[in-house]
Amino acid sequence: MVFGLMPCLASAQGFAGLGTDAEGFTTPVPERAFAFPQDHGAHPGYRIEWWYVTASLTAEDGREMGAQWTLFRTALAPGGADEAQVWMGHAAVTTPDAHFVAERFSRGGFGAAGVTADPFEAWIDEWQMAGPSLDDLRLRASSPDFAYDLGLSAEAPLVRHGEDGYSVKSSEGQASYYYSQPFYAVEGTITLPDGAVAVTGEAWLDREWSSQPLSESQTGWDWFSLSFDAGQKLMGFRLRETGGADFTSATWIGETVEALPDGAFQADPLARAEVAGREVPVRWRVRLPDKGVDVTVEALNPEAWMATSFPYWEGPVTVTGSHQGRGYLEMTGYE
Amino acid sequence: MIAQGLRALLGHWLRNPLQLFTLVAGLALATALWSGVQAVNAEARASYDAAAATLGEGRFAQILDSEGAEIPLADVVALRRAGWLVSPVVEGRLNFVRIVGLDPLTAPGGLGPVDLGSGPEVGTFLGGAGQVFGTAEALEALGDVAPEKVLSPDVAPMTVVTDISVASRLLGQDGASRLIVAPAQPIGQPPLAEVAPGLSLRPAQQGADVGRLTDSFHLNLTAFGFLSFAVGLFIVHGAIGLAFEQRRPMVRTLRSLGMPLDRLIALMAAELLGLALVAGALGVALGYLIAAALLPDVAATLSGLYGAQVSGALELRPIWWLAGLGIAMLGTAAAGGGALWRMARMPLLASARPRAWAMDAGRGRGLRSAVAVILLALAGALAWLGSGLIAAFAALGSLLIGAAFALPLVLELGTRIGATLARGPRADWFWADTRQQLPGLSLALMALLLAMAANVGVSTMVSSFRLTFTGFLDQRLASELYVTAEDADEAARLVAFLAPQVDAVLPIVSVDRAVAGFPAEIYGTRDDRTYRQNWVFLEAAPGAWDAVFAGQGAVVNEQLFRRAGLMLGQEIAVAPGTALPVVGVVGDYGNPIGQVILGEAQFSELYPDARALRFGLRTAEAETVADWLRAFGLPEAQIIDQAAIKAFSLQVFERTFTVTGALNVLTLSVAGFAILMSLLTLAALRLPQLAPVWALGLTRRRLGMLELVRAVLLAVLTAAVAIPLGLALAWILLTQVNVAAFGWRLPMYLFPVDYLRLLAFAVLAGAVAALWPARRLARTPPADLLKVFSNER
Repeated sequence: MVFGLMPCLASAQGFAGLGTDAEGFTTPVPERAFAFPQDHGAHPGYRIEWWYVTASLTAEDGREMGAQWTLFRTALAPGGADEAQVWMGHAAVTTPDAHFVAERFSRGGFGAAGVTADPFEAWIDEWQMAGPSLDDLRLRASSPDFAYDLGLSAEAPLVRHGEDGYSVKSSEGQASYYYSQPFYAVEGTITLPDGAVAVTGEAWLDREWSSQPLSESQTGWDWFSLSFDAGQKLMGFRLRETGGADFTSATWIGETVEALPDGAFQADPLARAEVAGREVPVRWRVRLPDKGVDVTVEALNPEAWMATSFPYWEGPVTVTGSHQGRGYLEMTGYE
Repeated sequence: MIAQGLRALLGHWLRNPLQLFTLVAGLALATALWSGVQAVNAEARASYDAAAATLGEGRFAQILDSEGAEIPLADVVALRRAGWLVSPVVEGRLNFVRIVGLDPLTAPGGLGPVDLGSGPEVGTFLGGAGQVFGTAEALEALGDVAPEKVLSPDVAPMTVVTDISVASRLLGQDGASRLIVAPAQPIGQPPLAEVAPGLSLRPAQQGADVGRLTDSFHLNLTAFGFLSFAVGLFIVHGAIGLAFEQRRPMVRTLRSLGMPLDRLIALMAAELLGLALVAGALGVALGYLIAAALLPDVAATLSGLYGAQVSGALELRPIWWLAGLGIAMLGTAAAGGGALWRMARMPLLASARPRAWAMDAGRGRGLRSAVAVILLALAGALAWLGSGLIAAFAALGSLLIGAAFALPLVLELGTRIGATLARGPRADWFWADTRQQLPGLSLALMALLLAMAANVGVSTMVSSFRLTFTGFLDQRLASELYVTAEDADEAARLVAFLAPQVDAVLPIVSVDRAVAGFPAEIYGTRDDRTYRQNWVFLEAAPGAWDAVFAGQGAVVNEQLFRRAGLMLGQEIAVAPGTALPVVGVVGDYGNPIGQVILGEAQFSELYPDARALRFGLRTAEAETVADWLRAFGLPEAQIIDQAAIKAFSLQVFERTFTVTGALNVLTLSVAGFAILMSLLTLAALRLPQLAPVWALGLTRRRLGMLELVRAVLLAVLTAAVAIPLGLALAWILLTQVNVAAFGWRLPMYLFPVDYLRLLAFAVLAGAVAALWPARRLARTPPADLLKVFSNER
């Protein structure tokens, strides 16, 4: 999912040390079979990788909330050495009227951040996503303003995107390995400046790794993960092209899991808001005609700006129209 | 009408160019001294900020090992995983360059040379062979050990900043030297003692020792600048007052011709504003020159005395222009406000005769005396009862202002005494005439008083400091040569090589450790006559050295003794589980932190890992031994002879003297200028008083001589007040300000020859200032003197 960060990273050429090619790094190829639990761990031969959790929550007082926990890994140089890895953590809590963000960095080969596959643990400093297996996790993060401690239990198997986990990102063939666990039930506590509150809801974990940056003409991305009240789920993204048609891709998760080709998924901004000095679309029309989906997706809090070293917009959304539900939206590349 | 009014007003200056010059020059000088000092201060502060941004010292809390050991990286990980946002720093010296290794990924925002958001820099800094950032000097001194060298003028001198991994590699150090603690820490963090029991937290402000020391230096400079500005304002006040008085007839005429009062006032205000702008601009330009001339010396002083590094180059910052012009206008407003106010309230047809404004004596005398008494009493009380820097400076301020207010009274008393001793009518007239002139001269004489007192005070302080410090250097740097080894192996070979060649090899070894709650260095010292003979105790128990070398006592420096409020015999912890009584206190001038001296045997028992790399060598043949050492292969930089250190220290003092000396000369010149202008002003007003004396037979030449004698006499009287005042100033500086700012009390020495020289200088200033007016008087055409009798005034 946070492939969306890559345009940022690529344009900044920075944190990730990303060049314009993937020389020396392993690149994704089709028809590679995942091996679990090993693939839940890090793949240091690839340039960039993440463990990305978004949770749509309801507090005991009825407030809608969202929580995000992300661990990124980037390699400064090919070869997979621990010392060449840099880890970055983002955590956020969004309520209808507030948005809290924290960021952490750590170098590899040092112990302050890393991922082990079995038993599963992903951590940076005291932030932690850990459990006996990926199906049973405890998710924790804290900052001077907020903290959370959430229990995640999976109620259905993993979902592979694209061709059995090989997810194409542009018409030029850039791709990543991409699978998700969209079926977590969540129970836990969120601590905000006004005190701790119990929350319940559902969470979505994305796992993705790759070595190829987006193509140079791609300026940013809009990513949706929607859970409908009727039980189906939809992952869809739009990669914006400077001159030409946007590239879209989607996965329909219903009775069966179905990857949908470029163009099947459509997302169009309906309203924009000024956030952190930029015009960011915060209300969308999202369509997937193949499945009869035509919904309005609206930000719970338009101010969900991630003011991190590489800033982007990420926050919970509500879904109305042909389907009802909620989910998460991520948008990058809005300058 | 406005044009005509303006022409009439400005015409006054054309007729009195000297007055215009006085006004502009006075204001420009005042602004120049003020903005020059501010410029020096601002530049020095900018340098500290750069250093603080590089190293983060003082700005952030730090975590250190309680024993001064390295902090293993496992502890750093444990802290971070427990929710302590700390960032490791690896620090050490290589080829005499301080190497600071930072972790840019965890360092609190703004620390270090690279910005996380700024692209490829971070990747290069972290990855590959790495980079070192430093000034050209530091990079060159570092030699060929480093990977990529990046020139960065913002890094503190003789320091390079690099990634922590590069620093570890260069220094061969596995753990962190210290941890920087981020200012905001997450919710639910466990106590430090629970996560890492051996580590201790040092709050942010404690690291700012150098900041406090240099602040005091800047405070001194600022006080000097302010004093100079006040002296300048005396001149401006006089000039503006006189100009307004002399223009009374013109004002009356203009108003009679129909010029509305408010418009006239506005014109005059605009005129003052214009003058202030011109003088202010001149002053700032002049101030820039002063600052540029002083800055290299100030920079050298600060780095020599306090270890604070200041760049010697001056940048012209727009804020100075604004501040300089602002203070010039403020000064003009302060000096001209009263005159404008009086003008506004003057009845239309009031007498246009100059009211001899400057002669207005009686009014306010009682008030001035009362203020003087109150301020002097306050100064006494503050010096006696107050403690801390603020109280000390408040005492200084009250003392100076109180003394300035008291000066006219003292002078009047002096002239009265003179009058009672006078024999003959001419002497009677001389004393009476002198007393009559006092009110007109008192502002200028106050300026002289302040300038002289500052001169006496500051030079006494600096000279006392120099005398104490050079004596101290003789004690402390008793060894003829100092050598430094690269590592323990070289040290062992060096000692083996040297031992037969010299009288004694004295290892210099220390560890950093908090003692009695203050950062300190603990030294192990060899039992040698050098210490017993040369070191002078400020306070000591009998047989102090015997106790130290027997492992039964410790000697501490004065800073630690005072700050921790220790007493002789009181026990201090010198290592975990080991406490020793304090048996002696030594002076340790110029050192910001505490020092504890133990016997060598006990030290190596307590700190077996600390090995001496520096040695003091006692020898009668320093030159020969130095040559042997060069032959042994020791680089020049690792051999220091005592004479060089002393020469360097003295050089630092010479620079301090240059700075204070230059400021002294400037303030005295301003005061002399003030006297000159007051005398010139008075000369014109006094013609009616001198004419009768002339008519009675005193020649113009004699009258001129008497003018000169009077100026000298007043200067001497002022000096008689200024010298004790200056000594009081020095006393407060040495016993109050120094103790509060530096932690040591300096003995006060008197320098009578210097004071005599100053007296001579003051007399000279008075005489030079009076020379021109006296000469003018001596050459006044008799017709002018006669006119006094013919004119109906």
